[in-house]
Amino acid sequence: MATVQFLRQRWFYVLLLILALVLPWSITNRYHFQIVIMGCLFSIATLSMNLILGYTGQASLAHAGFFGIGAYGVALLTKGGLSFWLALPLSALLAAAIGFLIGLPTLRSRGSYFAISTMCFGVIISIVAGNWIDFTGGYNGIVGIPLPNPLSIPLIGDLGFQTQAGQYYLVLAFLFLTLLIMHRLVNSLLGLSFMAIRNNEVLAGSVGINTFAGKILSFVVANFFAGLAGGIYASLMGTISPSTASLELTFNWLIFLLLGGAATLAGPIIGAFVIPVIMEYLQFLAEYRLIIFGALLIVVIIYFPRGLMGGFTTLQQRVRGLYTQRRG
Amino acid sequence: MLGSTYAIVALGLTLVFGILHIPNFAHGHLYMLGAYISFFLMTLYGFGFWTALVSSMVILGLIGMLIERIIYRPLQDKPHINSFISAIGALIILETSVIVLWGPQGRRIPNPYPDIVEWLGITMSYQRLLVIVTAIVLIVLLQVFIKKTTPGTTIEAVAQNREGAMLVGINVNWVSSLTFAISTATAAAAASLVAPIFMISPTMGALLGMKAFVIVILGGLGSIPGAILGGYILGILEAIGGGYLSAAYKDVYAFGALILILSIRPTGLFGKEVS
Repeated sequence: MATVQFLRQRWFYVLLLILALVLPWSITNRYHFQIVIMGCLFSIATLSMNLILGYTGQASLAHAGFFGIGAYGVALLTKGGLSFWLALPLSALLAAAIGFLIGLPTLRSRGSYFAISTMCFGVIISIVAGNWIDFTGGYNGIVGIPLPNPLSIPLIGDLGFQTQAGQYYLVLAFLFLTLLIMHRLVNSLLGLSFMAIRNNEVLAGSVGINTFAGKILSFVVANFFAGLAGGIYASLMGTISPSTASLELTFNWLIFLLLGGAATLAGPIIGAFVIPVIMEYLQFLAEYRLIIFGALLIVVIIYFPRGLMGGFTTLQQRVRGLYTQRRG
Repeated sequence: MLGSTYAIVALGLTLVFGILHIPNFAHGHLYMLGAYISFFLMTLYGFGFWTALVSSMVILGLIGMLIERIIYRPLQDKPHINSFISAIGALIILETSVIVLWGPQGRRIPNPYPDIVEWLGITMSYQRLLVIVTAIVLIVLLQVFIKKTTPGTTIEAVAQNREGAMLVGINVNWVSSLTFAISTATAAAAASLVAPIFMISPTMGALLGMKAFVIVILGGLGSIPGAILGGYILGILEAIGGGYLSAAYKDVYAFGALILILSIRPTGLFGKEVS
């Protein structure tokens, strides 16, 4: 009975999940499949950025830096002989730990100050990655990072990651995990306190929320998932370079997040899938695409601060309003 | 020399960031655009160095007013972070436009004063000396403008109290435009001055813009002497750090210093406490 009710309430999400699971059979083009895999991966990164920027209201621009820490962590550890399944959580934890250390000083500042200081940190990471040649391979990066070791699952057997389908399921599983944790987090009391900090930090402090601890926690969790996404990226791509930690990547996610809709769970995922696809379709415009997206970013932040998802909800409410008006 | 450039660029930014409270993150990119405009005026239309510099300042001033009107004014009463994101959109547009129009390769402006001067045992190219002297002249002029003329004092009035300025009949929007125009014009001046020494490229503004923010925060928001001092401190820090420690990590010092300073004083070195 409970399952029936669950299905009735959530049929849309269940349908989406089934569609996502059967997707590998409907895509034949390897290139398109790669775009889907990257979409999932960047969804994880954008979702984590959403936690600190969308829900907690602190614009961290070091996000690609932490993505890079995760990527370099997995690359160096797996090349050193460690299993991917051990290297990944270790690297994500490393990103979270560095996030904690960086969060302590930077989160004391607010607004644009925080954005600037985190951006400085992001740039430092990519400079270090480019110049610490013995450790990171300099601007040539690291090549030949092994794929994740095959997993043996009871009943199904060995699950390898040589094929794109295997890689897709790996990324999808992590995306699902991230989404689940984010969903639990933002709908909990803790998530509400994050939003209270975003809406009015002084007020949140005066009703007994430890705003600094809240911001640190949000930052650390966000960076954990950024590191996680980076680690998977390194293993699937096989090569990384300082551009893995570049500011452009952060800006890309920022565009995904804001156009998709900040402070919603669906927004970042929609952004991370829809915008790269639009980018592909606009291939003939070459460099002009970036001008369009820059302009879109400005238009969205001025007129639709809640992005596509926000626009969708507003539209839905209006239609519903019209409908009830006509009935009443 | 580097310090002088930093000081002028930071001066422009502190006007906008400190006085109008607009985190104009595209400042470095406007600087880059200024260098390009000078370059094309000189090479395509045969302008002299000084006429190109002044024309570039005027053009950039107009562009600055346009940007303020289109991008920042609608976000005036929103959280700062919205303006910041808007600025990122602006800088993406600026950088890509320059790449599309003029290509990603670096270019060099012919050096108008290639001679070398020797004075008290210091050897220096004429152009470098020129940068230092012009920087000082610009700084003094700006200071005189803000302290002694009516438009300058209205800028200060708006900085001190926006509502109060409105009450006594100051057109705040006009002041915003003016401040923005001055700020971008100084960026163009700095860019045109150093362009003959360094290469110009579409990405030259990105790091400089960030450093300008570092300086403004170092020197205290909206403080003009602070910005000048901060500019010279950063220039010297980079020269010493790059020379004695490691040139590859030259840019790390500035950003590291910023994180360090913000961790001790979240509102900057000479910044006032914000409520």
